[in-house]
Amino acid sequence: MREITLDATRENLAAVFTFLQEALTECGASKKVIRQIKLCVEEIYINIVNYAYTPAVGQARITFDSSGSPGGSPPLRAIISFIDSGKPYDPLAKEDPDIGLDLDDTPIGGLGIFLVKETMDDVRYEYTDGQNIFTMEKIIDVQTN
Amino acid sequence: MEFEKINDGKAMTVRLIGEVDSMNIAEIEEKLLKEVEGVTDLTFDLEQLEYISSAGLRVLLQMQKLMKAQGTMTIRNVNEDVMDIFKVTGFVRLLNIV
Repeated sequence: MREITLDATRENLAAVFTFLQEALTECGASKKVIRQIKLCVEEIYINIVNYAYTPAVGQARITFDSSGSPGGSPPLRAIISFIDSGKPYDPLAKEDPDIGLDLDDTPIGGLGIFLVKETMDDVRYEYTDGQNIFTMEKIIDVQTN
Repeated sequence: MEFEKINDGKAMTVRLIGEVDSMNIAEIEEKLLKEVEGVTDLTFDLEQLEYISSAGLRVLLQMQKLMKAQGTMTIRNVNEDVMDIFKVTGFVRLLNIV
């Protein structure tokens, strides 16, 4: 398992991306799946930046683990968790946006968590011992070239 | 990001290049809002866009709403990955993608 602990600031998203890129590249993940997971990691991390400790700054810990084997049974899965000690906040409690509305009625924003739910194969949240723990999993397509 | 204006500044093409994420979106949004003044024909060329998060989607939607009031907006050269995101979020219906 890999992990990184850092101050939950917007600037540190770059370090989070590097951490993720290294972990997924080591797994042999395809560029497409790396982009998909990166999108979800940004959404959850930025949620922590924006809500967990505001207006103060606190720490976020991100762990990366994998299970299964490439193309095997069970298939290779990436398991990524975000842990913070900020205010209890369940991103999954929010209702999904209505994506069938007209332009005028469509609110700006609120798509991030929805994208995570649609993109990942499993998402879950728990609040334990004063910590928000958000975990997401995705089956990894491996690079074929 | 590159801007190209023609027709006395009434038509503008914006090329989004590389990555649009939570780190650079504030700067992109500020520049766009400044450059779009007086533009009636806005085109986003996404040929060189490699990554866009919901932060970028929020600004595209904001620009679409703004352009509805002052002209037209078109999105060009959308790659497969970005199109997937536009489909999931319903943006294929809200944006004029050619």
